[in-house]
Amino acid sequence: MEEKNSVGIVKPSIFKCSSPIKLACGKTLDSYELIYETYGKLNKKKNNAILVCHALSGNHHLAGRYSTKDKHPGWWDNLIGPGKPLDTRKFFVIGVNNLGGSHGSTGPKSINPKTKKVWGSKFPIVTVKDWVETQKTLLSDLGIDRLAAVVGGSLGGMQSLQWSIQYPDKIDHSIIIAAAPNLTAQNIAFNEVARQSIITDPDFSNGDYYQENKIPKRGLRIARMLGHITYLSNDVMGTKFGRKTKKKDYQYNFNTEFDIESYLNYQGDKFANEFDANTYIRMTKALDYFDPAKGNPENLSRVFKNAKADFLVISFASDWRFSPDRSKEIVKGLLDNSLKVSYAELSAVSGHDAFLMNDDHYHGIIRSYCKKIYAQL
Amino acid sequence: MKKISQTNRYDFNVIENWVRPNAKVLDLGCGDGLLLNHLKNKKNIVGFGIEKDKDNWLVSLKNGVDVIQMDLESGLAGFEDNSFDTVILSRTIQSMHNIQSIISEMQRVGQEIIVTFPNFGYWRNRLQIIKGGMPVSKELPYSWFNTPNIHLCTISDFDNFCATHKVAVIEKHIMTDQKAVNFYPNLFGALALYKLVKK
Repeated sequence: MEEKNSVGIVKPSIFKCSSPIKLACGKTLDSYELIYETYGKLNKKKNNAILVCHALSGNHHLAGRYSTKDKHPGWWDNLIGPGKPLDTRKFFVIGVNNLGGSHGSTGPKSINPKTKKVWGSKFPIVTVKDWVETQKTLLSDLGIDRLAAVVGGSLGGMQSLQWSIQYPDKIDHSIIIAAAPNLTAQNIAFNEVARQSIITDPDFSNGDYYQENKIPKRGLRIARMLGHITYLSNDVMGTKFGRKTKKKDYQYNFNTEFDIESYLNYQGDKFANEFDANTYIRMTKALDYFDPAKGNPENLSRVFKNAKADFLVISFASDWRFSPDRSKEIVKGLLDNSLKVSYAELSAVSGHDAFLMNDDHYHGIIRSYCKKIYAQL
Repeated sequence: MKKISQTNRYDFNVIENWVRPNAKVLDLGCGDGLLLNHLKNKKNIVGFGIEKDKDNWLVSLKNGVDVIQMDLESGLAGFEDNSFDTVILSRTIQSMHNIQSIISEMQRVGQEIIVTFPNFGYWRNRLQIIKGGMPVSKELPYSWFNTPNIHLCTISDFDNFCATHKVAVIEKHIMTDQKAVNFYPNLFGALALYKLVKK
């Protein structure tokens, strides 16, 4: 049966880049591959392309399914498709798995062409700036000189922000959702706990676990459990799980008893089987290092000095990991430069994860903004 | 929430005359954003709106206005001193808690400020009170129990406020429907428009 408003069955492509990239960490990758998906059609003027950047655990598979039997559609399927807020009848939408990822782009579990061995611990640390650079290279290969918009939530929003200052002449609109101009100490602290749980897992083997046919699952699941706690608000956890238990009476042991425990364990297990540990710790580092204003909020105005895009900034009141105040810092930097910006603070209760939710008002905002983008093409 | 009215737009032309061409304008409580659009069309301004209500916010966005969702009661944090030519508070002041603070914030951020409000001293309002009920009119379309309006004032109240709060009135226009009112404006004027600067 055909799904309504779905992009349908999709297939990823591979971009092989043979020109080297010098990374922010100082190391150079001589060549690399990026896996990506596209939806909709690039118009004749080649000006209707929208790049959607993924967050910490995301990938290039934004929408649609790989087969009719595929249980789960792409991670932003509720937003992207024909007739959906990001309308693929109007726009050519591109999703890329970032460099260092584990879903098909060159990353720690790829083979290092020089040594013919898996990269493992030797894979360099990549940053938001490096991602924008590689995304730009891919787009040039696709014949796209200029993006109608870059859209992203969380770490994806940081990429959208970075695009506006790294390639101010190549982007018309930047949509920045549930993001921040840098991480707070508390955020870095959460990331460090996640990293330590992975790194201290004996199966991590200093990052070279592939050769030993091991997976540091314990570390990964704890990292993911911690993440999930911070992506949800106290309120939504209370409503969803409360103090509900599997059995009526307390068991007085350490088995999984409360519903919230089963939820976290389930999420942790699922993630540990799917996601690469080396990629996870690198993605958290990319978050930690992102700081275009170099620690000084006053500098944010200067950061946007050369930006030319129009901006849509969205935050969620219950998001305590990337709070509305952090989005307001971005808005202030933009206003200081008289850049066109609209800012919405949504009352969604679900916390940081709200940026993925299917909410009428939230999607209405993106739909209206995208109509404006389309009208300007 | 400010009720969006399609008809109460006769004040736009007065405001338009008080705004310089190409000015940078901030409209506080911009509602549906049509005032900013009017000024964009007529005076080629660069405009930003501020709107707290999510539905109005979305209407503003749909109308092509750059709009920031925030609560004016917490001031204009995020806006630099003197960063706008004109800051407008149109038909909103009567619903605000802290009048002194918003006026001083407007003076901080803007070179000139424009304030408009429904005149509570308008004879039809007075008449309704004499008859024994709280006024409900085109300018004040709410019942007493669901009104957002907590700081209604008359023209003479506002004049006194300006005189005692270092606010200089440089233009003043009182109107009822589309006509200017010069004869006993505090009695016959339904809507008051002021252009103000720091004293």
